[in-house]
Amino acid sequence: MTAHLPALQVVIPLLCAPLCVLLRSRTAAWLLFLTAAAASLACASVMAWHVARGEVLRYAMGGWRPPAGIEYVIDKANVPVLILVAAIGLAAAVYGRRSIAAEIEDARAPLFYACLCLNLTGLLGITATGDAFNAFVFLEITSLSSYALVAMGRRKRALLAALQYLIVGTIGATFVLIGIGLAYAVTGTLNMADLAQRLPELYGNRALAAAVIFVFVGLAIKMALFPLHAWLPDAYAESPSVVAAFLSATNTKVAIYLLLRLAFGVFGAALVFERMPVTEIGLLLACLAMLVASAVACFQSDFKYLLAWSSIAQVGYIAAGFSLATADGVTAAYLHIINHALIKGALFAAAGIVVLRLGSARLQAMAGLGRAMPWTFAAIVVAGLGLIGLPPTAGFVSKWVLAEALIEDGRWAVLAVVLVSSLLSVVYVGRVIEVGWFRRPAEPVTVAKPPLSMAVATWSLVLLSLVFGFAPGWPIDLAEGAAAVLVGGVE
Amino acid sequence: MTVESAGWASPDAALALPAAVAVPLLGGLAVVALRRRANLREAASLVAAVATAAIVLSLWPAVEDGLRLRMWDWLPGISLVFTLEPLGLLFASVAGVLWPVTTLYAIGYMRGNLQRNQTRFYFFFALSIAATLWIAFSGNLATLFIGYEVLTLSTWPLVIHAGNEQAKRAGRVYLGLLLTTSIGLLLPAIVWTAVLAGTTDFVPGGILEGKAGTAALTVLFALYLFGIGKAALFPFHRWLPGAMVAPTPVSALLHAVAVVKAGVFTVLKVSVYVFGVDTLDVTGAAEPMMWVAAVTLLGAGLIAVTRDDLKERLAYSTVSQLAYIVLAAALANDIAAAGGALHIANHAAAKITLFFCAGAIYTATNRTRVSELDGLGRTMPWTFGAFLVAAVSVVGLPPLGGVWSKWLLLAGAADAGQTVMFGVLLAGSLLSLAYLVPIPARAFFRPPTGRPGDGEAPWTVVLPLVLTAMACAALFIGADAVIAPLNEVLESP
Repeated sequence: MTAHLPALQVVIPLLCAPLCVLLRSRTAAWLLFLTAAAASLACASVMAWHVARGEVLRYAMGGWRPPAGIEYVIDKANVPVLILVAAIGLAAAVYGRRSIAAEIEDARAPLFYACLCLNLTGLLGITATGDAFNAFVFLEITSLSSYALVAMGRRKRALLAALQYLIVGTIGATFVLIGIGLAYAVTGTLNMADLAQRLPELYGNRALAAAVIFVFVGLAIKMALFPLHAWLPDAYAESPSVVAAFLSATNTKVAIYLLLRLAFGVFGAALVFERMPVTEIGLLLACLAMLVASAVACFQSDFKYLLAWSSIAQVGYIAAGFSLATADGVTAAYLHIINHALIKGALFAAAGIVVLRLGSARLQAMAGLGRAMPWTFAAIVVAGLGLIGLPPTAGFVSKWVLAEALIEDGRWAVLAVVLVSSLLSVVYVGRVIEVGWFRRPAEPVTVAKPPLSMAVATWSLVLLSLVFGFAPGWPIDLAEGAAAVLVGGVE
Repeated sequence: MTVESAGWASPDAALALPAAVAVPLLGGLAVVALRRRANLREAASLVAAVATAAIVLSLWPAVEDGLRLRMWDWLPGISLVFTLEPLGLLFASVAGVLWPVTTLYAIGYMRGNLQRNQTRFYFFFALSIAATLWIAFSGNLATLFIGYEVLTLSTWPLVIHAGNEQAKRAGRVYLGLLLTTSIGLLLPAIVWTAVLAGTTDFVPGGILEGKAGTAALTVLFALYLFGIGKAALFPFHRWLPGAMVAPTPVSALLHAVAVVKAGVFTVLKVSVYVFGVDTLDVTGAAEPMMWVAAVTLLGAGLIAVTRDDLKERLAYSTVSQLAYIVLAAALANDIAAAGGALHIANHAAAKITLFFCAGAIYTATNRTRVSELDGLGRTMPWTFGAFLVAAVSVVGLPPLGGVWSKWLLLAGAADAGQTVMFGVLLAGSLLSLAYLVPIPARAFFRPPTGRPGDGEAPWTVVLPLVLTAMACAALFIGADAVIAPLNEVLESP
């Protein structure tokens, strides 16, 4: 049984998707998604326990031996992402029942859950696989289901957002495919470990350089790295609440993971960061992302758009970390992947509750929220402080680790940009808090209490971000383990 | 969790450190739980305040043992640590003892002025005290930074308590300046220290000796001193006069004692336990900041003379007096550092009295301007008597506590051979004479203008200010008890 876990955690959600469609019942579909997420989390936890003891789990799909067959490799570099994705999936399942009931009509609900299952499948697949082409396939599964999910948003603009996302996302996926194809052309293999062995002989090959560029640009689109971020604000802000919470916490993060895996584990740091100027380009784009996106976030009048722009800025922090290509830098990036997923997931979840009860997430409509919805507002405040990176929240810990990595590398200018971006986040988070707390609403707002399941899901993410701020030993260990595997090479 | 103790005190005594932080926190939660029953709610505040004061004072016998409580590993290579040492305990005692007095005063003031949102007020007040004690007992810079930021955030709702446009604008300046300096300057300074020294622990003699060149240390020291915005050095002082829109008990305890003293306390901690007085002295890394402190000291004093709003004048006086303590740190010798530490206690007792008086005048007569106070001394003799006592203590004349800290500061400046600073200190005292003493003089000696007052404010308002005025006098007699343990830390390498 244990031997099959790497495959099971992907196969269970994959099988749940058609079942959702076949059963045609809202409750059954919800139960299936819940089961899929819970089962994936269980699989990931057991695998994490094995990996923590120093094992590397390898699974040959269908019994075909690698490198010809598809291989799944579970090691310290991807097990934290698996846990993260599955855990956020579980939170989204708990949160989603009432939220989806309010936003999606009965006929479409099973299809909606099927898309969620497929999305989860894709994310887990990208993370678990040790095969470059297989990773592309799962990337497409994730993307296609995301387009459908975004299109189900409550406003007509959601369709436009989905179309924009589809066009840009397809370009990104194609670039990734071209890149992987080029790598295949020069080496004749798609297995990541095998690629990593054969590529060093080919350093200097033009086709290989082109492969790196295609893969990186494609994934930069998928992770919404400035200036390839244009699809993100609309896609997140217009999508249904549960989708915004789930995608913001997982989609860009998994794309970043794939980039890390391909950069360090396949192409090799010697090629990417020494022969090619990825460090300089990455740091430059990261700085621009932090400054521009944070500044734009300050001027948003809609809470969900504000959060989306802040996400683009936070991707900049992560990019700054891994562009350093040092163990400390990758640790910082990895840690921020985990911490920001929790924080932003919590914030979008809280925004979903606000939309459910007030009918809008415009800041103007949020006046007096502190009195009308004290618990939801408190969740926004605490998670917002995490976004700024104030102690003792998780955001502070990752910022500390990032600052240490930047100082050790002597990147003072980047450090200054990180700090300026944090100060801008004080402005945009402060605006939300001031409106919710101290602006009197035009007419007194009385709203029903938020559904318990949604509040519980939101608060469990908030509390987890606090725990990871006060006692960050576990996430830091995970991030350091991942960085050791990545920077030290696959084996 | 591990406890380290250098002396005979039982290791369990170290648990009093987190307890001292937890009690105000629990008090705050009790306030929220009892929000529908005003009398019980205020009782909860008082009980928590008295208990906190008792716990903090009970730690004095153990202070020489240097307790260290290591909670758990927090950041890479850095643990969450609480320590007990004289400087921290002095600061904790000042905040802890003045809290019950202020609570008594706040009950009278908030009810007398029919303030709204009192539950929120008392909750965030308790949270601020918890953060202050956290700062006082922090064993390293990273731990301290948590308390520092929590203190900023928990005092913000108190600053904008009134909720009107002026309060909100002041709140924006408050958060903006304090967070900008702490995130933009203090945090990088702390991380840089961690990278240079491999630790951020407070160690007698400092942790940076020989870890960096003079230029780097000079920049780092400037980052710290400007980054600790709560110390209100020019040009980052604007938040403090703005914060005076808060209810008077907040101005009194938080913006004359807890918040600003947390700033200068951090400055002293950084100078004594991170850089080390000797390192600062040998490298001269503190020299530039000494001049910034001197400019602040005189500049704020000059501004105070021109202000007619009583609370604003007191706020600028606070900026000036804080610069004394920063200057003490920058003079980089143990005499001045002891003077700076003592000035934390002296200025706290005196300035809280002055603010209590301002609040009492407002409660009794609704007056806020210095020019409106003529002749009020006859109807409010206790209030203005206490004002005079505190003013004389700030100026630094016997027989009040302020004389000792000014004395030590002058001795420290002389010892460092800084004749200019010697003059600056004297000029600052003359300025404080000019902006404080005329106020009680007008009240007592000028004929009343307009409607005469109706007498003193309620007793819960007057009693605390008499008590704190007496504390100013007690600090004259008992100064030695405070200095002795401080000297031991400062003189031992």
